[in-house]
Amino acid sequence: MLEVKIEKKVGSFHLRVDIQTKEGITGILGPSGCGKSMTLRCIAGIETPDTGRIVLDGVTLFDSEKKINLPPQKRRVGYLFQNYALFPNMNVEKNILCGLHHLKDKAEKQKRLLEVAELLQLQGLEKQKVNQLSGGQQQRVALARILVNQPKLLLLDEPFSALDAHLSSKLQIEVKALLREYARPVLMVTHNRNEGYHMCEQMALMGEGKILTHKGTKEVFASPETITGALITGCKNIAAAKKCSDYEVEVPEWGIRLETKEAVREDLQAIGIRAHYFGPKVKSNRYSVQQTGMMEEPFEWIIQFKYVDQNPQSKDLWWRIPKDRFPGEMPEELGISPVNVLCLYSEAEK
Amino acid sequence: MDWFPLGNSLRIALLSSVIVFFLGIFAAYYIAKLPKIIKGVLDVILTLPLVLPPTVVGYFLLLLLGVNRPLGQLLKEQGIQFVMTWQGGVITASVVAFPLMYRTARGAFESFDETLSYSGQTLGLSNTYIFWRIRMPYCRQGIIAGSVLAFARALGEYGATSMLVGYTPGKTATISTTVYQLWRTGDNAGATKWVLLNLAISAVVLLIVNIMEKGQNDWRRAKC
Repeated sequence: MLEVKIEKKVGSFHLRVDIQTKEGITGILGPSGCGKSMTLRCIAGIETPDTGRIVLDGVTLFDSEKKINLPPQKRRVGYLFQNYALFPNMNVEKNILCGLHHLKDKAEKQKRLLEVAELLQLQGLEKQKVNQLSGGQQQRVALARILVNQPKLLLLDEPFSALDAHLSSKLQIEVKALLREYARPVLMVTHNRNEGYHMCEQMALMGEGKILTHKGTKEVFASPETITGALITGCKNIAAAKKCSDYEVEVPEWGIRLETKEAVREDLQAIGIRAHYFGPKVKSNRYSVQQTGMMEEPFEWIIQFKYVDQNPQSKDLWWRIPKDRFPGEMPEELGISPVNVLCLYSEAEK
Repeated sequence: MDWFPLGNSLRIALLSSVIVFFLGIFAAYYIAKLPKIIKGVLDVILTLPLVLPPTVVGYFLLLLLGVNRPLGQLLKEQGIQFVMTWQGGVITASVVAFPLMYRTARGAFESFDETLSYSGQTLGLSNTYIFWRIRMPYCRQGIIAGSVLAFARALGEYGATSMLVGYTPGKTATISTTVYQLWRTGDNAGATKWVLLNLAISAVVLLIVNIMEKGQNDWRRAKC
């Protein structure tokens, strides 16, 4: 189990992370520059937080009050870098074994090498130079090099961003299966929500140095709680809103009222509606709309529209629909199921 | 022909290259980590011998190491003397060649991908291991270039050496001081011999650099 509660100031940026993770893969999803990587670096000991505590399986890695700050070498935390950071002057085998160089027992070394080489399907590549490997192979070597040291925690920093899209999804499946077998806590940061959704059982949303929400991945996407959270999870339509009654909100910008599934709290700031969730046949929250634009994707239409009573200065809404489900011409009204109206609150609450 | 100047030049150049190799690398490594202002000041001080006239460097060294100076006297009591000895030649060559090694090594270290060092640390590798087995091989092109430049500069050192060490046949004479001395005394034929020898050594050094650079480029190309 990993417990992190740290603060660090760098210039005007203020990192305040409070997170606890157990076994399985936990994702930290957030835009570039939100402090995700810095959090991982603090946990690994590459950077030192100003204050706080980091405890892994009962071992204190960092504690500003007790003046504990273990060097990265003693933390037993594996770190997979975005560019994999393989040592270019060593071949695959030397890269994998360099972490075991203190080990004198050659047979034991060889045994551990064989184990990870088999686990990561690297047999036959041992003598290759790392610069001759493909991106996917480089990633597997980097993982093998980490796993051979048997770390207690694995940190993955944007692990798939250096690969092209097709290879990336293939590797996500493989790495997920591998990590399930590995059965240690994994913390993965990414700015790609699909990648996070594929890989992680738990998900934390991060914005401007702060953890906004942390719960099951599905719940995070179903209810991102804050405006930043909604943006991070890819919500396209967000507007300021006021509470009318327990299950109804008013959206002045769009000139409509919306019924919600969950009870609305007093401190409601805004509501969000995902572009996929409008429906021409949905009965509830149904209002007249006017199309203002259209964009074609390979398999979907993106339709921009405004509500009839919408403030003309405000932004268009986005509706995404698969081409085979598009009714042929723009419907006059669109509805939204109450469960798909996301209530978004102030960040200070959390 | 008296071969002493060749041997003396080579031993001075080799010894000072070794000194400058380690000093330059460690200066480059540690100064790169310092805060900006201190770094700037130290950088200027360490690079000065490169731009100062060698005679000025020699003058400073005389002020520091002269037999009547505090440090010079202290060393003399220990039986060490740099004025008018070949060991003094090692000192002048080192001071003059140091900036070349320091600056090339620093340039090489600045191009180093620090994530390699971080990943080494998280893999449990000691900082010494990372320095010698990962950082140095990665930066070897710059390090080799710096060492060769330093060696060539040390071999050709004249100005500061003539101030501190002078020319004593069979004791402190180097190739460059011998060339000057022979020419001054009208022995043009003797001077020419040494000039040709010097040209040959320089050509061999440059040839070695080129061969190494080619190997390096092949290695770099394979990396991409």
